[in-house]
Amino acid sequence: MKKIKDVSEFQELRQTLLAAYDPDQPVARVCLGPGCLALGAEKVSQTFKSALKKKKGSFKVQPLIKATGCHGFCSQGTLVSLAPLDLMYVRVKPEDVPEIVETSLIKGKAVERLLYSDNGTRYKSAAEIPFYRAQQKIVLKNVGVVDPLDIQDAIRSGAYQSMAKALLEMSPDEVLKTVEVSGLRGRGGGGFPTGYKWRRAAENARENPGPAYLIANGEEGDPGAFMDRAIMEGDPHAVIEGMIIGGFAMGAHEGFLYVRHEYPIAIQHLSVALQQARALGLVGKNILGTGFDFELHLHRGAGAYVCGEETAIIASLEGRVGEPVVRPPYPVEEGLWNRPTVINNVETWANVPHIVNMGADSYTNLGVPQSTGTKIFSLVGKVKNSGLVEVPMGISLGTLVEGIGGGVPGQGRFKAVQTGGPSGGIIPYELRDITSEGVKQEPAKAVPDEKKGLSVDFDSMAKTGSIMGGGGMIVMDDHDCVVDLARYFLRFLHEESCGKCLPCRLGLQGMLGFLDNFARGQGTPEDIDALESLGQALVDGSLCGLGRSAPNPVLTSIRYFRDEYLAHIVDHKCPAGVCRDLITYSIDPETCDGCGLCAKHCPEACISGKKKKLFTIDTAACIRCGVCREVCPVDAVLVA
Amino acid sequence: MKAKKPTKPKKPTIEIILERYPRHPQHLIGLLQDVQAAFNYISSENLNLICDYVGVPITQAWSIATFYKSFSLEPKGEHEIKVCLGTTCHLKGAERLIEGCERDLHVERGQTTGDQRFTLDTVKCVGACAEAPVVMVDNNYLGQATLISLKDQLKKL
Amino acid sequence: MSSKKRKKDGPIDFTIDGQKVQAQEGWTILETARHYHIPIPTLCYHPAVHPWGSCRLCVVEIRQDGRANVTASCLAKPVAGIEVLTDSERVQNVRQWVLEMLLAECPASQEIKELAAQHGVTSTRFAITDPNEECLKCGRCVAVCNEVVGAQALTFGSRGVKKRLETPYRVPNNMCIGCGCCVSVCPTGALQARLDTVRGDISRRTGHGFAH
Repeated sequence: MKKIKDVSEFQELRQTLLAAYDPDQPVARVCLGPGCLALGAEKVSQTFKSALKKKKGSFKVQPLIKATGCHGFCSQGTLVSLAPLDLMYVRVKPEDVPEIVETSLIKGKAVERLLYSDNGTRYKSAAEIPFYRAQQKIVLKNVGVVDPLDIQDAIRSGAYQSMAKALLEMSPDEVLKTVEVSGLRGRGGGGFPTGYKWRRAAENARENPGPAYLIANGEEGDPGAFMDRAIMEGDPHAVIEGMIIGGFAMGAHEGFLYVRHEYPIAIQHLSVALQQARALGLVGKNILGTGFDFELHLHRGAGAYVCGEETAIIASLEGRVGEPVVRPPYPVEEGLWNRPTVINNVETWANVPHIVNMGADSYTNLGVPQSTGTKIFSLVGKVKNSGLVEVPMGISLGTLVEGIGGGVPGQGRFKAVQTGGPSGGIIPYELRDITSEGVKQEPAKAVPDEKKGLSVDFDSMAKTGSIMGGGGMIVMDDHDCVVDLARYFLRFLHEESCGKCLPCRLGLQGMLGFLDNFARGQGTPEDIDALESLGQALVDGSLCGLGRSAPNPVLTSIRYFRDEYLAHIVDHKCPAGVCRDLITYSIDPETCDGCGLCAKHCPEACISGKKKKLFTIDTAACIRCGVCREVCPVDAVLVA
Repeated sequence: MKAKKPTKPKKPTIEIILERYPRHPQHLIGLLQDVQAAFNYISSENLNLICDYVGVPITQAWSIATFYKSFSLEPKGEHEIKVCLGTTCHLKGAERLIEGCERDLHVERGQTTGDQRFTLDTVKCVGACAEAPVVMVDNNYLGQATLISLKDQLKKL
Repeated sequence: MSSKKRKKDGPIDFTIDGQKVQAQEGWTILETARHYHIPIPTLCYHPAVHPWGSCRLCVVEIRQDGRANVTASCLAKPVAGIEVLTDSERVQNVRQWVLEMLLAECPASQEIKELAAQHGVTSTRFAITDPNEECLKCGRCVAVCNEVVGAQALTFGSRGVKKRLETPYRVPNNMCIGCGCCVSVCPTGALQARLDTVRGDISRRTGHGFAH
């Protein structure tokens, strides 16, 4: 690839790529997103490639196999989508590949059994599937479509078009204004107005001449969230392009992509993308001959959730421990090496090229007035259709979880959703029917079904006591214990606290102590009040956002599920059947078939019985490890 | 079919690793990452070499090496078992899985077995939530892991 | 966002507990309060080093434009017209809990016991892990060694509740010059008790052995 010297060469390259594209060439896109990878998608992809090699002579046009980013429908992985047939295959295994090659790629027909079916209906194309219908893939437009390791594929699909538009047709101030008017708010969870942040940084850089820096926060530490991972792995150029546009707008010439250590594939894909972009001259000096320089560096995190905090990320980049410092001064005033610095989440950066492309006004037509645009969620937990979804803001929680998510599978009943990770809250599902006044409804227009109920946007979610957060949306059913989940988040933060300030370092431990007691059925109702008071001390007294938001899961769960806490403390019961010390395992004499597998695997050797006769558990010795429940072929182990 | 000889990349020396980076404190963490990846831990010799190279006091290098979870000052085991304790994995019983590992390997989470074969660790989260609970054995994913399937995986090693 | 003025400000007028005060350029709220002899408890603050803001005892409530934030006064710079409260309900709540935490963190420290008693805290609900510990990880010793003396012999290792004051490799550090500043600034007896673990062979640097 040779370096592109100016915009006409860039457009030429794009036209050449578009012209070379053969719409009749069969393409099989194999999802290598995190979920499908865990299901062995790599083997599926390799099997396709070797199968095609074997069948070389059988095609009019040799098909193309693309390993792409996340297709989104994780619970149906491994996903393979075919074009131009427009078919989506689900649950594909390596053994299915020869049939797909024969039937679909050669004969052009569908393999019926691999199509997604639900409630008796079979769906051919992804667009028809209910999971995808209510979504609006804008930021994820290229994820699952382009080969992230091929910049030409990205350019053909529109990458760097917005950058060219900004650099050549707009002034820095016009770009700034566009982002401001678009209403883009930080997608990492803070929801801070991005345009305002950019404007402040640009002004500070002007008033204090010297470098300004941009940082992409890819520390995505919330457990259960993988939105940024999907973008970085599936469409790395979106982030790169967004940062170059931002650099142009603010007069910054150097940026840092900070990617958490636990995402080696994201690091690799960004590294390759950067290399290829540099080789083409799209990153570096004199981009597209405009005289604008922008250099981008890739940095790895080192395993610290706290480094998702702005000042901690800066400390980490400077080669120090990730200990936050107080703000003000804010990073836009004094950030990296005391220079004006803008830190935005990966998803926020990935929105920028689309905002420039469609214009601020069109962007504001998406979502709701105070929360414009779309949001990517990882919809996971006890939900039938789990995966990565992108929806316009203001969609109702009910539509998201039931319409797209398909509701709770099996016997469970919907109980709550957990949003915002360890900084967020646990919202009871009943709230989904309550319309928040924060949402401006169109006057005199019938409210469509998707708009009824709790609106998923920054402000409406904040009113419930939770936060919309970075996008992790975990659905809980009645087999999930709220006390246990609150305890889980405290344990998580307890391990991740930097330890600098007392309220967080010791307060988390103190709160955890209370929750440990509750989980054991100990403690008193007065302890709940003490816990709320201690939580307030962390909210007020902690130095940084980690400590200040740490009490959220506990406080919201007490607010909405006080009865569950009292059940643990007063009745010594765990209604969900989760907390170890409050449940017992027993073997149902009606169901047990005497196979003895449970006794064979029991680590405590506390199950006794004779073959073909009833087996019993010694409840005093039982540690409720769960092995017997796992191995029992007839589900005879009861939890009480 | 032509037999392909698998090529293992030659282990770099500390000098080669150092040369990858300019001499500036901002590369302290990157250097430590590379050393950890190459040698499975960070020895005191290498820690001293790195902090001299980038120009930071040893106290700073020490606080970094002990603050961040991805660095270990003791050699890690031959095989790394990482049980995901993400929220979804937790709801689907990850805690039981790691307890099972602790029982079977006779170590606590974060520790390495006496024979240096296994290091048991937790990770939050790997992003494969639809397959919860997930356990990573070296670089392989074990989705919808059960106590039994995990035991089988360990037996294979 | 903080004050937008970047040019040099003159003195800043605001109130502390209803009393009119004036901060000179560059003063923090704590420094202003000290100037007016308005008591605010501190622990990790020391005039010889940059404020770190870890103990959170010096928190105050700042009310402005209908908003109220609680923040550390050792780091907060005042803005004209704010109302600072040193003893509001929220501030008291933070202080009470922090003192209880300190009683559990440094059970062996007489200074902490007295400080807590001054504010009515005599017992703690937090678990005591080491009954002989006096170190509260306030950071003064590390700061003085780094910023004032320049020996850079002390640091914090690990994070969270595992955070410890230590030296590299947890062996006495030959970078230490035995000046004793760390002991002087330590608010409890913690550093005195562990000095031998810090002080390496200072004869290599000063030509003398230990005086005591």
